[in-house]
Amino acid sequence: MLTNKSKQVVKREMTLMEKAYLPAIFSGMFITFKHIFMKKATVRYPEQTRPFAPVYRGQHVLKIDEAGAERCTACGLCAVACPAEAITMVAAERQKGEEHLYREEKYASIYEINMLRCIFCGLCEEACPKEAIFLTDRIVPSSFERDEFIYGKDKLVETIAHPVDVTKRQTPAVLEFKKDKKHKHNLTFLDKVTKTFSRH
Amino acid sequence: MSITLIIFWFLSFLALISAAIVVFAKNPVHSVLFLIITFFAIAGHYLLLSAQFLAAVHIIVYAGAIMVLFLYVIMMLNLNKETEPHKKPLIKFIAVIAAGLLMLTLVAAFKGAEITVVTAADPSIGSVETLGKVLFKEFLLPFEVSSILFLAAMVGAVYLSKKDLN
Amino acid sequence: MEPLLIKVIIVIVLFVITLLVALYATFAERKVSAIMQDRIGPNRAGPFGLLQPLADGVKMIMKEELIPALANKWLFIIGPCIALLTALMTGAVVPWGGPIKIGDQVITLQVADLNIGILYIFGVVSMGVYGIMIGGWASNNKFSLIGAIRASSQMISYEIAMGLAIIALVMTTGTLSLNEIVLQQDEGWANIVIQPLGFLIFIICAFAETNRAPFDLPECETELVGGYHTEYSSMKLGFYLFAEYINMFISSAVIVCFYFGGYNFPFQHELAELLGLSSNALSIIQTVFMFGKVFFFIFFFMWVRWTIPRFRYDQLMTLGWKVLLPLALANIFVTGLVMWGMGKI
Repeated sequence: MLTNKSKQVVKREMTLMEKAYLPAIFSGMFITFKHIFMKKATVRYPEQTRPFAPVYRGQHVLKIDEAGAERCTACGLCAVACPAEAITMVAAERQKGEEHLYREEKYASIYEINMLRCIFCGLCEEACPKEAIFLTDRIVPSSFERDEFIYGKDKLVETIAHPVDVTKRQTPAVLEFKKDKKHKHNLTFLDKVTKTFSRH
Repeated sequence: MSITLIIFWFLSFLALISAAIVVFAKNPVHSVLFLIITFFAIAGHYLLLSAQFLAAVHIIVYAGAIMVLFLYVIMMLNLNKETEPHKKPLIKFIAVIAAGLLMLTLVAAFKGAEITVVTAADPSIGSVETLGKVLFKEFLLPFEVSSILFLAAMVGAVYLSKKDLN
Repeated sequence: MEPLLIKVIIVIVLFVITLLVALYATFAERKVSAIMQDRIGPNRAGPFGLLQPLADGVKMIMKEELIPALANKWLFIIGPCIALLTALMTGAVVPWGGPIKIGDQVITLQVADLNIGILYIFGVVSMGVYGIMIGGWASNNKFSLIGAIRASSQMISYEIAMGLAIIALVMTTGTLSLNEIVLQQDEGWANIVIQPLGFLIFIICAFAETNRAPFDLPECETELVGGYHTEYSSMKLGFYLFAEYINMFISSAVIVCFYFGGYNFPFQHELAELLGLSSNALSIIQTVFMFGKVFFFIFFFMWVRWTIPRFRYDQLMTLGWKVLLPLALANIFVTGLVMWGMGKI
């Protein structure tokens, strides 16, 4: 016996009180009656929402910079980091006159996350060197069709009109971690990436 | 025609027709259900004769308990028209003769009877009070003897249903 | 007004009230179960979810009606009809309030004051099982059949103990009319004081007769899918569910009439004298009290349902035959002895 919690089962004759059942039934009914006055556990969902943790990992967002240009440079680190292989992207070269759209010279012309595969681990966010992808406290809505769960850039990229606030996610610890790309975790991770690329 | 007479004719037709269906129905469940309707019609007759207690007990005991048990057994055995065994011609012949004899006796018995409208002299003749007084005063001994009979039957049933007869 | 017309009006009013109570009993059941499990329950349709029964009713009616291909079609349809019919019939002998005088006419708030009222209730209740049995058999489904068979054996077993419990009550009251039983309790004590054991047996049997938990073995969803109404859909299923709630309502009313003084309440005549109430006003207050008591018992039915787990089948039969039946017989014997000792026989 490790925990001292196990209880020896004894099959014994019931006493007269127990055989009468009624005392047990009354005590049970008293318990249920008490519950009438107890606090209800229900969250009335659309009006009332459960408080989210500031670091909750929900639906992704592709950030834009202050000028409204996409930060993503289609390096593919997020896709490689993704343990569920949920991220697909096609890189493209920025043309002249598109500087206001894309910050770097290379950008992702297609960027798709399969929300059915995604496990919301946040490794893409950790891997991103450009601070482009973040997980937010939004919930991925349900749907009847599988193809509707493949989120393209239309759903992922934020707009200037509707910016998605991710400041809550940038706790001091996260900022410290992001600053130091020589961090042990990132080191091993980068090694892995280099190996993967060299294999191809 | 008075309303009582109309009800009487209706109940009589209902009783006879459903009794006939009890015999002719192929499905035993249908037979049982029509037998219940017959019982209801007869209970209605009791009510017309202002024997309310008899009517109520008739429904509770026959329609409410005994027929439920019938239905129970038929459902449990899952009897239906496919499983009904084919009767031999000899048995059919004997059955016809026996039924014919019964009919002959009944016709002979009722031949001389006159149809008279019997009206209960006292409307409370079938009430619970009257019946109770009659049962426990004039017919006390037969009443108690019948209860002993039932008790014996009950003990017998319990004894038979025991798995281990030793 | 013609007496017949008054009766027709009372019948219609009773019919409407019974259906309304049953409708809202479904809602109350969900609410009671919710608050006992620290939930909120239906609260979306209308204020506090009060329109939920209407939404449920519309859903029931609009749903597709399915009759299984191998079912016995007529019996399949007749089953729920019988269940609802017998459930609605029982309310006829229950007195809902004291007499009301309009002019020189006295209206009793009772459809029929039968002098065999108790036997009438008993007869109709014993018919109720046919709705379940016919429906269960006609579905041509093994689960339904098992449900039907369970219902029949359970009903027959508990009818006996119930009848014997009532016999003790009839011995003390000396009448089979519900109205007289209620009037007697106005003069003396409520029958619960005189017949506590009889009440206990009666209410346990009432649970079994209405197929309510902890005796809901005929529909027992953990074992039999839906029991006798497995194959039913749409409003035919609604009829079965409705019949259950109407049975609950009527049996609550019968319990109140038998053991809790019916529409009477303590010190009613003193109160009427004190406030100078007319007899009509008193009758209305009595009706309110009657419904209050009935609603308490409906709540009690639900309270028990959401507290006590379902009995096992052999436990059910043991309780019925080996506990309640001897107890009821002993109750009759003791009642007789006490009455003999008091010189009432």
